[in-house]
Amino acid sequence: MDWLLIGIILSAFFLLGFSRLSSCIYIVALQGAMLSALPLLAKGSFQELHIVLMSLGTFAIKAVAMPFLLTRSIREASIRQEVEPIVSLHLSLFAGGGIAVLAFSSIKALPPALPPFSPMAVPVALTVVLIGFFLLVSRTKAITQVIGFLVLENGVFLFGMNLVGDFPAIVEMGVLLDLLVGIFVMGIMIYHINRTFDHIDTRVLTALQESEEETE
Amino acid sequence: MVSELLKLTGHLAILLLIPPIFLGIIAKTKAFFAGRKGPPLLQVYYDLFKLFCKGGVDSRSASFMIRLAPGIVLSTLLMAGLLLPLLYEAPIHFRGDLILFAYLLALGRFFTILAALDVGSSFEGMGASREAAFSAFSELAFFMALVTLAVMTQSTSLSHIFQWGNTHPTFHPAVVLLFISFFLILLTENSRMPIDDPNTHLELTMIHEVMILDYSGPDLGLILYGATLKLFLFMALTASLLWPPTGLFGFQEIGYLLAKVAGIAVVIGVVESVKSRLRLSKIPQLLVANLVITTLALLITVLGGPI
Repeated sequence: MDWLLIGIILSAFFLLGFSRLSSCIYIVALQGAMLSALPLLAKGSFQELHIVLMSLGTFAIKAVAMPFLLTRSIREASIRQEVEPIVSLHLSLFAGGGIAVLAFSSIKALPPALPPFSPMAVPVALTVVLIGFFLLVSRTKAITQVIGFLVLENGVFLFGMNLVGDFPAIVEMGVLLDLLVGIFVMGIMIYHINRTFDHIDTRVLTALQESEEETE
Repeated sequence: MVSELLKLTGHLAILLLIPPIFLGIIAKTKAFFAGRKGPPLLQVYYDLFKLFCKGGVDSRSASFMIRLAPGIVLSTLLMAGLLLPLLYEAPIHFRGDLILFAYLLALGRFFTILAALDVGSSFEGMGASREAAFSAFSELAFFMALVTLAVMTQSTSLSHIFQWGNTHPTFHPAVVLLFISFFLILLTENSRMPIDDPNTHLELTMIHEVMILDYSGPDLGLILYGATLKLFLFMALTASLLWPPTGLFGFQEIGYLLAKVAGIAVVIGVVESVKSRLRLSKIPQLLVANLVITTLALLITVLGGPI
């Protein structure tokens, strides 16, 4: 259990440090898989159909479907690396450490996790949310921003799991489905952005006719 | 009294005699992976013997520093070795000796760098600058790891820290994270493969090797011997994190110590065989990641309280 939480937080750190997009996607998939195993381990039984179903659904969507969509969209947009993040990779790693310190030191201010979860779960969730946020604002490629969004969502999912306890299954499935559709739409959008603008750098999307400017 | 003396002699004997063999073990492992036979296990002893039989030549542009440095480096490492518990309590131990341990290692490195600058060769200056830059990163992680250990065991003496007795939490997450962190620090400090290639003599890629280009004969022997001692100290420290010393004194315990350090040596050999050297610009990133891992271990420890 502690191991899964540490795995989740470490995978978030790795995302800050890697620039190869395919490895970023693998890590997000791994994070999703660990997240989906968490409720099963916390309850410690395979009896409750609701939890097993939820875990399987999370696994199917977070660890299989979304990485597949993302892989397809980077293949179609044919990009491999995040070339120029706004914050350099070293600094983002430092920032990740700072975020972890911040999250763990604010543990008193947060409500405690529900009994089956270890007290570490809440600061870990907060760290993952903030790192997702950081990825979202500090990267320039649309695809990395999608990954940041996924990490953010994983954090929120973890938060919900250890603070609220049992959602009705239908709500959780609805949220997961929404997310899947969202990623699907973003994948299509990335493809179209790439086709229209020949790149997926979000900084220059607002400028008109930037492709001529850059070639000059 | 007699047994104290015996223990001190035993500790010194281990420190003085055994270290070079582990370089041989690493070389053997690498040779195995490359499908070669490799040099004999005792090759480093032969090398040392050969070097000590030779005469030394000093660079004409160098001052007394280059003759002083190998001795200082070796003696700081020996001092650090006396602070590290190998089989039982270290011969010298007092509160706060882990800071002395870290600074003795830093002192040795400082003199290596000074001597490298002393020669006046631009290559050695480059190596010195790299060594200083990377050690600044790895030292931060090293101190953070020591602080974590101190918080975890509520003591600031290396001898007390490694006296877990029967309560050793081998698979506590913080301990395993610290093990990873110490292993990476070991690779950095001893300029092993993913950070620095110990066998290369291409001046553009070397870090540590470039600083000792101007030594010859007995001085080079001292430096080589010091390097094996440093490697042994770090391996023993890393190994005792997961398998702490038993606190007893006997041949069985010595065998146990040798086995665990040899295990770490084999792991280093495997890592060196399967990983290629990192780009220089990637190294700080690895070291910062290591710092972050150590910070995480500290956070977990602080959250979980003393073990």
